[in-house]
Amino acid sequence: MRRWIRGEPSDAELDAQLLSPVWTPASRLWQLAFLATGAGVFVLVVLVTWAMIEGIGLFGNDIPAAWAMPIINFVWWIGIGHAGTFISAILLLLEQRWRTSINRFAEAMTLFAVMQAALFPILHLGRPWFFYWLVPYPSTLEVWPQFKSALPWDAAAIFTYFTVSLLFWYLGLLPDLAAVRDRAPGRVRRRIYAVFALGWTGSSHAWRRFRIGYGLLAGIATPLVISVHSIVSSDFATTLLPGWHSTLFPPYFVAGAILSGFAMVVMLLVPARAVFRMHHVVTDDHLDAMAKMILVTGWIVLYAYLVETYLAWYGANEFEAYQTLVARPFGPYAWVTWLTVVCNTCVIQVLWWRRARRSVALLWIVAVLVNVGMWCERFVLIDVSLMRGFMVSKWETYVPTLFDWGILVGTLAFFSLLFLVFLRFVPFVPVYECKALVREEAEEARRG
Amino acid sequence: MDDGFFAEFDSLERLQRALERLRDHGYRALDAFTPFPVEAIDAMLGTRPRAVTRIGGLAAAAGIAVGYGLQWWLNAVVYPLDVGGRPPHSPLAFVPITFETAVLFCGIATFAAVLGLSGLPRLWRPAFEIEGFERASLDRFWLFVAADDRCFEPRRTHELLLGLGSLRIATIGVHAP
Repeated sequence: MRRWIRGEPSDAELDAQLLSPVWTPASRLWQLAFLATGAGVFVLVVLVTWAMIEGIGLFGNDIPAAWAMPIINFVWWIGIGHAGTFISAILLLLEQRWRTSINRFAEAMTLFAVMQAALFPILHLGRPWFFYWLVPYPSTLEVWPQFKSALPWDAAAIFTYFTVSLLFWYLGLLPDLAAVRDRAPGRVRRRIYAVFALGWTGSSHAWRRFRIGYGLLAGIATPLVISVHSIVSSDFATTLLPGWHSTLFPPYFVAGAILSGFAMVVMLLVPARAVFRMHHVVTDDHLDAMAKMILVTGWIVLYAYLVETYLAWYGANEFEAYQTLVARPFGPYAWVTWLTVVCNTCVIQVLWWRRARRSVALLWIVAVLVNVGMWCERFVLIDVSLMRGFMVSKWETYVPTLFDWGILVGTLAFFSLLFLVFLRFVPFVPVYECKALVREEAEEARRG
Repeated sequence: MDDGFFAEFDSLERLQRALERLRDHGYRALDAFTPFPVEAIDAMLGTRPRAVTRIGGLAAAAGIAVGYGLQWWLNAVVYPLDVGGRPPHSPLAFVPITFETAVLFCGIATFAAVLGLSGLPRLWRPAFEIEGFERASLDRFWLFVAADDRCFEPRRTHELLLGLGSLRIATIGVHAP
């Protein structure tokens, strides 16, 4: 019988260990990381302000590659968020116990990734201060959004995704905020957490509604997460551009999203576990399970690559065939295409070996490479397609500017900063779920 | 609603046994405070609340109506725009946003229902003044017998609770015998 929490800790031990990061003074390492990411966020703020003043000519985007780095980064970031919802909602419905220790962590990742993602389409609008034109509000202009375009779908999907993820996350957090309120040293800290805990008492009437409500939110988050990247892929699939115009896109995008998301969870979880010494709650078995998910979703992505290539040939459309069979593998950014293939389909195959799944360092490297690979995949899908459209006279090679890279690095810093704050001020392993799980596992062990 | 006896127990098993005994004695206005959800207690306290799912379902239906209605009204009635000869009223193109508004409405309503029906947010309640009650969210288990229960009789209830092995009994709004 596999046990997801080692050593049968008592409630008090779990409280002491899992709640204490909230009031233990920040380590030197944390402070350094906070400063470094803070500097990155400062750069981001400067760059965004500059883009507002100067305009988006600062990006490398140009015709034909009008959707370049901002859209690549948008698709990449929002995809990363998907694994968080997958772990917290889909695995909850499937009664997978290994989600217990990592679901809050993964869902925080979702929220922070969606925040980064949302920045890009708004900047890319060109005049970001008019972003509210996407919302149907009664204006004296009497001009309304066109809902037959995939772009308002995007706005609706992202807004809904963020809001529902936030509510789901916060609801699951309430009992632990109450625990911090009742356990933390110091009056001020207790007062602050008391406000955020909203007066949660752990009354069984409240728990019953909590369980039903939490299950219901998981139930609606499940189709929601599938819909979000499907809608994002519709931005591309509803156009006629060779390489984009395909019904394969929604499942292809969703699988890639979950793949990159799991890789990101591993990337973040490995250092967090080491720093906070949580090896008995976030065990090697958890990493093993996530490695298997990377392998599964990686194979779905590999299958999508094969179908895409096959359709390009079988479809007998010379533009599609040229795009997929010539421009991508042998065109101006051929090396990015091959990097994608190597990272997303070859590297992950080491995870067939149990040894590799249990080697933390190796798994972490695979996770980093998968994220690089997924970014490259978005680059090829979006930009190489635009560079090689129907009209040969319009073929241009897109080159990202330093500004593009700066914004990407800035969002990485902002994401890391939010994560550092989360690790410091919120119990990032759901304590109440661990207490219940320890009892369940002990009960099962007794029964044999 | 806040008035009654609060009894502390050091294990979930003791709390469950006490709840069972009180139910056997005819008490119905009971509550338990535990650090984590316990399904067995739900069954003991009876009644399955359907309000949360009903509110969520109604909100989802409202979301469908609002989402689809808004798109139809704006794109087919108020501001029909001819883009590539597509009909102003295009049901298929309206599906994604309709789905998103349904999920959004359902999510917000469910969250509000879980809190609202449980009387939250309520930052302070008399029980918080009971010494040791804070451990109800950590590692102790508290039982509540409301003073408005028809079986409630301070002296008898107090004795009964003592006999069930509670560590301490606190009273709110009732005179301890």
